[in-house]
Amino acid sequence: MMTLTKRKTWFYFIPYGLWLALFVIAPLALIFYQSFFSLDHHFTFSNYTTYFQSLTYLKMTLNSVWYALLITVFTGLISYPTAYFLHGLKHRQFWLLLVILPTWINILLKAYAFIGIFSQAGLANQFLSFIGIGPQQILFTNASFIFVATYIQIPFMILPIYNALDDLSPAFINASQDLGASGWQTFRRVIFPLTLPGVKAGVQAVFIPSLSLFMLTRLIGGNKVITLGTAIEEHFLTTMNWGMGSTIGVVLIVAMVIVMLLTGDQKPKGGTPR
Amino acid sequence: MTEPIVELEQVTKSYGTHTVLKDISITLEPGKFYTLLGPSGCGKTTILRTISGFTSVTSGNVLFNGKRINEVPANKRNVNTVFQDYALFPHMTVAENVAFGLTLKKMPKDQIAERVANALKLVQLAEFGDRAIDELSGGQQQRIAIARAIVMQPQVLLLDEPLSALDAKLRREMQYELRDLQQRLGITFLFVTHDQEEALAMSDEIFVMNNGEVLQSGSPVDIYDEPINHFVADFIGESNILPGKMMGDYQVAFGGHQFECADAGIPAHEPVEIVIRPEDLNLTEPEHAKLKVTIDTQLFRGDYYEIAATDSLGNDWLIHSVNPAEDGETIGITFRPQDLHVMRYDEKEEEFDARLETYEGTEDDDLDET
Repeated sequence: MMTLTKRKTWFYFIPYGLWLALFVIAPLALIFYQSFFSLDHHFTFSNYTTYFQSLTYLKMTLNSVWYALLITVFTGLISYPTAYFLHGLKHRQFWLLLVILPTWINILLKAYAFIGIFSQAGLANQFLSFIGIGPQQILFTNASFIFVATYIQIPFMILPIYNALDDLSPAFINASQDLGASGWQTFRRVIFPLTLPGVKAGVQAVFIPSLSLFMLTRLIGGNKVITLGTAIEEHFLTTMNWGMGSTIGVVLIVAMVIVMLLTGDQKPKGGTPR
Repeated sequence: MTEPIVELEQVTKSYGTHTVLKDISITLEPGKFYTLLGPSGCGKTTILRTISGFTSVTSGNVLFNGKRINEVPANKRNVNTVFQDYALFPHMTVAENVAFGLTLKKMPKDQIAERVANALKLVQLAEFGDRAIDELSGGQQQRIAIARAIVMQPQVLLLDEPLSALDAKLRREMQYELRDLQQRLGITFLFVTHDQEEALAMSDEIFVMNNGEVLQSGSPVDIYDEPINHFVADFIGESNILPGKMMGDYQVAFGGHQFECADAGIPAHEPVEIVIRPEDLNLTEPEHAKLKVTIDTQLFRGDYYEIAATDSLGNDWLIHSVNPAEDGETIGITFRPQDLHVMRYDEKEEEFDARLETYEGTEDDDLDET
């Protein structure tokens, strides 16, 4: 009996195990391995020394982190109130679906759509002309890059926050009011802290992918911001310096791990940790 | 009579066409232990929520210290609630939970610490201030929920089935403690439960509810001894309820015989129901008996035998007896006139009280000593 259940468990593990080996462990190992080779296929640490000594790369890293941070902050500022509002609606599942719908459309299609909207003769400039401001350069600015990136990331932030609000027992809100808390005090001291795990999950889902955005930086941002994602693409496809590209990849992976640790579950308050 | 602290005046609550509270009028006096008792869905928690401010009333008035508070929001009312599932904030320690309401009042820190310590001491968890909520047992969480409410020094404490999640033994302990706490604090408790034993054990006064109405209110003894109708008699304790007919004052017929009883003021020949509590029935020799019954089954309950029997007319009888009987045996039962309680069909509480007044005189006074 025991061996049977064990064998069954192994059987179910096969697809996951294959996936893990082929798409997680193998790529990670390959990237790590590649990062120690120079252009002429010799083992070297020079990729790392170059990376950490080059102002260009450091600036790129800072840029990536900075823009990912901006995108995350704007996404959060829009998503929390939206999730809170949606959660209070009567047919909330339907309204939530409308928020999720755009994620089913390919990101490139959406990017091209924004090129149309933001172009010289696009809808945005037509509107600006109409209200008398006159056409502006919108496309290929940092602002438009952040705008579009935020737009694309919002659903990934709204969902976990919405779920956290959904899991929050109304009894906590009642208890807070019962003890004399106003609406704002209840929000600040009970609702927000208890939905913080949702916010953290949202930050993970937004910040980490934003670190390596590169299509948007080119199509919408006009390559004014060179992020690590762009650099990796350039090294692999243009300069063919796979070693350097892999090194940047390793740096990105380390950055992701740091973010995950920072936003991970903290120990419960007080007493001994479980 | 002391000034009432909470009054509901003809309170009605409807959701669309569904009425959950029908013309409720109740009065709570300071320093007493009140219980709202009824089956689930009878509206007892809704009454609690109209007082705490979480539910608005459709019509009628909610008064607090004589002032109408219908429009006062929950966070501005001087009542606090112990919630059914405790609703302790999981992201705060025990002490932070208890201090929550006080910190909102911008009270000085040392004063908060002192009051939190006192409240924790009162619920016998003085050492638990630094614990996390999920480290506490159900009974401990229960006490912290009480501490968090009483630290606010409310004039009225509302308790929404606070013991329902505890096991039987702990529940009995908490019954003593709650009663004791209420007497020490001297504030009004309004306790909601569907457990009639709990209500009888703790309350100064019980409101028995069903289908959004208060059927009967009174001391536990009053309600147990003189239930107003079939529902109350059946819901509170165990009872034998038999159809009968009033033959005149202090005379009632049921089970094929006429008996002396303690009820009057009912027109002769009116159909009525008779309640006899199983513990008021005594087994005896058939020749000395008021009624003869045949024993069907019996269960040993530890301190008594619970005997199910049938009389010659087919009525079922439940008898609590210290001594066992034989299955299938025909045996006599006796009872005293005052053990019979006669209930009229569709009698309202006011009519019932008025009728009792006419022949009971000052008999009610001795109940206040209990």
